[in-house]
Amino acid sequence: MTELQKLYDAILSGDTKTAVAVTREALAENADPMELIGRYMIPAMDEVGRLFQCEEYFVPELLLAARAMKGSLELIRPLLAASGLQPAGRVVIGTVKGDLHDIGKNIVASMLEGGGFEVIDLGADVAPERFVEAIQQGNANLVCLSALLTVTMPSMRTTIEALKQAGVRDRVKVLVGGAPVTRQFAQQIGADGYSEDAPGAVALARQMVAAL
Amino acid sequence: MEPSVRAYAALAMSDPSELVFGRAPTPVTCGFDLTIGAGQVYPEVNFTLPAITVSAENWSEIVSQYTEMVTGILRRAAALRAPGIVLEFELLPAMTECPEWGAEITALLHRALEEAHGKHGLRCALRVTPTDIREQGKPPLLRGGPGVEKLLRSFELCAQAGADILSIESIGGKEVHDQALLYGDVPGIMFALGVLAPRDMAWLWRQIAGICEGHSALIAGGDSACAFANTAMQLAHQRMLPEVLAAVVRGMSAVRSLVAFEQGAIGPSKDCAYEGPILKSITGCPISMEGRSATCAHFSPMGNIASAMCDLWSNESVQNVRLLSGSAPEAYTESLIYDCRLMNAASERGGALMLRDWLTASDRWLSPQAAVLSPEATVEIASAIVAAESHYDRTLAAGRAVVSILRAGLGSGAMQISPKERQWLDRIERELCAIPPDEMDLRQQVEERYEGMFDPPSYGLLAY
Repeated sequence: MTELQKLYDAILSGDTKTAVAVTREALAENADPMELIGRYMIPAMDEVGRLFQCEEYFVPELLLAARAMKGSLELIRPLLAASGLQPAGRVVIGTVKGDLHDIGKNIVASMLEGGGFEVIDLGADVAPERFVEAIQQGNANLVCLSALLTVTMPSMRTTIEALKQAGVRDRVKVLVGGAPVTRQFAQQIGADGYSEDAPGAVALARQMVAAL
Repeated sequence: MEPSVRAYAALAMSDPSELVFGRAPTPVTCGFDLTIGAGQVYPEVNFTLPAITVSAENWSEIVSQYTEMVTGILRRAAALRAPGIVLEFELLPAMTECPEWGAEITALLHRALEEAHGKHGLRCALRVTPTDIREQGKPPLLRGGPGVEKLLRSFELCAQAGADILSIESIGGKEVHDQALLYGDVPGIMFALGVLAPRDMAWLWRQIAGICEGHSALIAGGDSACAFANTAMQLAHQRMLPEVLAAVVRGMSAVRSLVAFEQGAIGPSKDCAYEGPILKSITGCPISMEGRSATCAHFSPMGNIASAMCDLWSNESVQNVRLLSGSAPEAYTESLIYDCRLMNAASERGGALMLRDWLTASDRWLSPQAAVLSPEATVEIASAIVAAESHYDRTLAAGRAVVSILRAGLGSGAMQISPKERQWLDRIERELCAIPPDEMDLRQQVEERYEGMFDPPSYGLLAY
């Protein structure tokens, strides 16, 4: 029998190769996919998040763990889909129009993927209508908007207005973030949530999806 | 190494005691009677808009904002009898997308400086920095297409409108470097900084130097590794990356910033190029730096040491918001002027080296990122760079020199870092040692991880 603790350890240490191999082996032995996720993979990512919060891990360890988690999930996801189970959530993410900065957005996107979300990354300098299209096509339930420049913060408001005008605002929760963005600004523009860092964004995304 | 104008095989300043604020072996004269690097440090004020959209609909409001900012800045400079000043206008992306907008603000600022020079005798110059908007595509196309055309047109129109110094924070190699940095992938970082970035710098700076040649009083200032080393610095500040990695990236990125000078830049280099002292040691050209008076834009662990060898002293960027004293750009102008007054008074009284050493000592061993900015570390890294020939070998040599400096600081007990940072330093050292001597071997090694992220022809490389 596959020693499943190895799956936990592989994700914790960001070892994609081992995580995928153990998952493949376990599935070949008819392990319950939900048990793999619930008992080993999610706890491993929770521990990764804890280590990051207490500054034992830096972003590289965090992202390598997320990559290992994603590798395992790719094997498990078809089985979950066949049994009718959905991803943790479907997220459309992008840096708003006029802003070319995307490193913070990339960290959040990678961590969301590692957290079991299906992520549609639209990149940087994304026009409001592209967010609308992606929500409609991808059946998303979360939208994450990023901005690094003060002069592009108004694009967040414009994007939310565009979602309203297209009639999709009620279908999604909108999270915003980026260096100049504040909780107060998020409230002013009608966003549903704000996070100042990537782990916080993932936690918030989970809460929002659970509340849908 | 691609064909270059200057090869820099030796240091212009090889003795750490020569490296001091306000003095560079090859000062530059520009703008309205301003000579930089000839003994005095001048403030360089950079200012930006608050949270408003840049669009045709509110263009008059944008113009009013810039008018208000420059009026306040020059009023403060005149009131405090500043001996000189540089204004930096960093175009916002929309102002580079629409080059006429950037040129209009450039002309506005030029007129304001001309008036201040005429009225108060204020020696002054205008640095204009278009945004590198070539990164919009995935992968970015760096040598052709609408982004490149608009960027070059922006340089040209701003030159015509009265810019005195042209600069840019260019992004060639960033598309790979961002990913490599986030995963702590040292070979990937080496590929971005040692293979891709110097090739783009050489191409881009040939264009910028060419534009400057077409305008008699226009200077090619310099570039900044902002997209690389400052990204690392900010991520380290947020505890997302180890500081030792940010320090190594700083040293390695100096090689790509040096390429601007190889292609015709003569300084002053960009304020956010914290690698500036290394550039000054190699080229002898004046540099702009930022630190303790740039907290309006970002934090850093090297606020004092950053000023130790500067020729211009900057605030990085400040929004036009109201403070109790007045507008924020005006307030930061005052801070910079007082910083410069202190440095200049020290120089006049023969105390420049003493103040430089205090500025250095106050930061040096409190952060690995500061440790690589001391005059001694600067010369050590600069020496390692010029001792190697190709950009690739120079980048690797700079990385190894930084590791050696950090090891020496730890070995002497002067610097303390966490066990986690030590693990990272060990890992970085191991991985730098394992970098293959041939850049094409490295390309092969990292190909699988980065294929598709960059456009090889944009770097003069053969496609896969």
